Amino acid sequence: MRAKVLVATYPQVDDLLRAVRQARRETFRVYDVFAPFPVHGLDDAMGIRHTRLPKITLIAGLTGLACALLLQFYTNVLDWPLNVGGKPDNTTLAFIPISFELTVLFGGLATVAAFFLRTKLYPGKQAWLVTPGVTDDVFALVLRKPSDEESERRARALLTEHGAASVTESEADL
Amino acid sequence: MDKLPDGVMEPRWIAGAPTLKQVTDDIARPMEGKPGKLWYALFAVAVLCLIDLLVMATWLIANGIGVWGLNNSVGWAFDITNFVFWIGIGHAGTLISAILLLFRQKWRTSINRSAEAMTIFAVMCAGLFPLLHMGRPWDAFFIFPYAPNQHGPLWVNFRSPLVWDVFAISTYFTISLVFWFLGLIPDLATLRDRATTKIKKWVLGVFSFGWNGSHRTWARYEVVSLVLAGLATPLVLSVHSIVSMDFATSLVPGWHTTIFPPYFVAGAIYSGFGMVLTLLILTRQSMNLQRYITIKHLDAMAKVLLLTGSIVSYAYATEFFAAWYGGNLYEKYHFINRATGPYAFGFYLMVLCNVLAPQLFWWKRIRTSVGALFVVSILVNIGMWFERFIIIVVGLHRSFLPSSWGMFYPTLIDFGILIGSFGLFFTLFLLFIRFMPMIAIWEVKGVVTDQAGHAGDAGASHAG
Repeated sequence: MRAKVLVATYPQVDDLLRAVRQARRETFRVYDVFAPFPVHGLDDAMGIRHTRLPKITLIAGLTGLACALLLQFYTNVLDWPLNVGGKPDNTTLAFIPISFELTVLFGGLATVAAFFLRTKLYPGKQAWLVTPGVTDDVFALVLRKPSDEESERRARALLTEHGAASVTESEADL
Repeated sequence: MDKLPDGVMEPRWIAGAPTLKQVTDDIARPMEGKPGKLWYALFAVAVLCLIDLLVMATWLIANGIGVWGLNNSVGWAFDITNFVFWIGIGHAGTLISAILLLFRQKWRTSINRSAEAMTIFAVMCAGLFPLLHMGRPWDAFFIFPYAPNQHGPLWVNFRSPLVWDVFAISTYFTISLVFWFLGLIPDLATLRDRATTKIKKWVLGVFSFGWNGSHRTWARYEVVSLVLAGLATPLVLSVHSIVSMDFATSLVPGWHTTIFPPYFVAGAIYSGFGMVLTLLILTRQSMNLQRYITIKHLDAMAKVLLLTGSIVSYAYATEFFAAWYGGNLYEKYHFINRATGPYAFGFYLMVLCNVLAPQLFWWKRIRTSVGALFVVSILVNIGMWFERFIIIVVGLHRSFLPSSWGMFYPTLIDFGILIGSFGLFFTLFLLFIRFMPMIAIWEVKGVVTDQAGHAGDAGASHAG
């Protein structure tokens, strides 16, 4: 679905932050902010909830741990026990390094994969740039366009008041 | 941002106050223009060494590892020395990108990208040596537990530290690569949006994953970076601990000690920072990036070298003390032999480079002199290579029975492959600084913006 949005560009990051806070205070809906680097304080200003990605890390890490222990136990104890220097078949302590490595490997790869899935980034994806320069030096605040004219006028005024270099209308995917 | 006490200013890590656009331009410039003469000269040498590697490796594989100077007494020498050396080099990259990220050290932003690239290339060089030492590299997949197994014993021996190494190094390589690539994505998007040719736009478009600077993505991106840093930190410590266990779990005098894991990790960070310093000095001189890789960065790295160099020195002393105090005849002999035997020159070279050289960094004048830093960084690399050589060869050449004593004399092929590995490393690194953003553009923009904000704060408080 496409929705109409107002795109305000800011050359200064402080202006952008103030504009975002004010827009939320006046209950305009912030579609997104586009910036060349992660701006500190924007998470709070935009009211972004904590991501659940670390939970994926935990689950995948534990899976890696379980796989590593099962693999080593199965091969050394069940499938083909080999006598190495008279040590017991189930030498759990010797299994720890590999278990740790696979925990990290699974956890890391799954977190990155989940990140790409959640943010819908994939190789070769056509980049949708809200306005040129957001990967260089432009900060863009994108508000959902209010339905009634009165609020739209107020929204535009608010964006300009906080130092927007330009305010344009555009369409964005929801 | 954490507040500093009154009167304490956050150091300015980027010289001057460049605008965001300037940052992009400055860092993208080397990629878009032609590199200078220094770059071409270095690249020519590196490619020559790489050709040397190809020739030597072909010769080695065709004739078997007998062309090395190995014998029954010393079955491990240059190959494993080079392996441990290169793995160690890699550690500084992860330290800078992960551990300094967790400690919120801002100075990492100018150097983390190239340090991470260095990690990846160094691990590639390291991986070469076990592969070549196998003599039959086409059977290298034997080291992985795979099924159905048609050769030899049914499974690999999971109790062997060499198998732990397989898992540690491949995990380390994978996670480092992913971390590095993840960091590159926003910068590739920046370059994509300023690319002038169709091919560049297309290639960068594919690898930048459709990045568009959305803050909802940035918010998750930062969390993922932190998670990866949190995973990479214990990982990097585990990797060199496991490498040290290749030696520590054996019974060879000089190897069989519990101090090895922390000692190796400190040594790895020390050698890695030495290499980072060498590379960054070359990079900033050949690419004119003095504004971003400032004397302050070099100074901070010199301090890390001083710290880790001192830890390494302390470990050397502890080894000698434990050999004397422990009362084990063979252990004691090993250390007497280390300091007075046929390889003593290597030991004293190691002491000179690893114990004495970094102590020069107590003086700020030396920490801030590019020439002196470059010389010491090379000494660190030499010293750390010799440290591994001393540990490995001195341990093996006179083990328990005098009847099995022997000497290791490197052959031309030994030297050729060592030089060749530097060729591989520097070829990859020079291509990297030529074609990829060797400084993290987006991270530097964050630092530049904070810096500007700080200047404003300071001005306000002075006025009040």
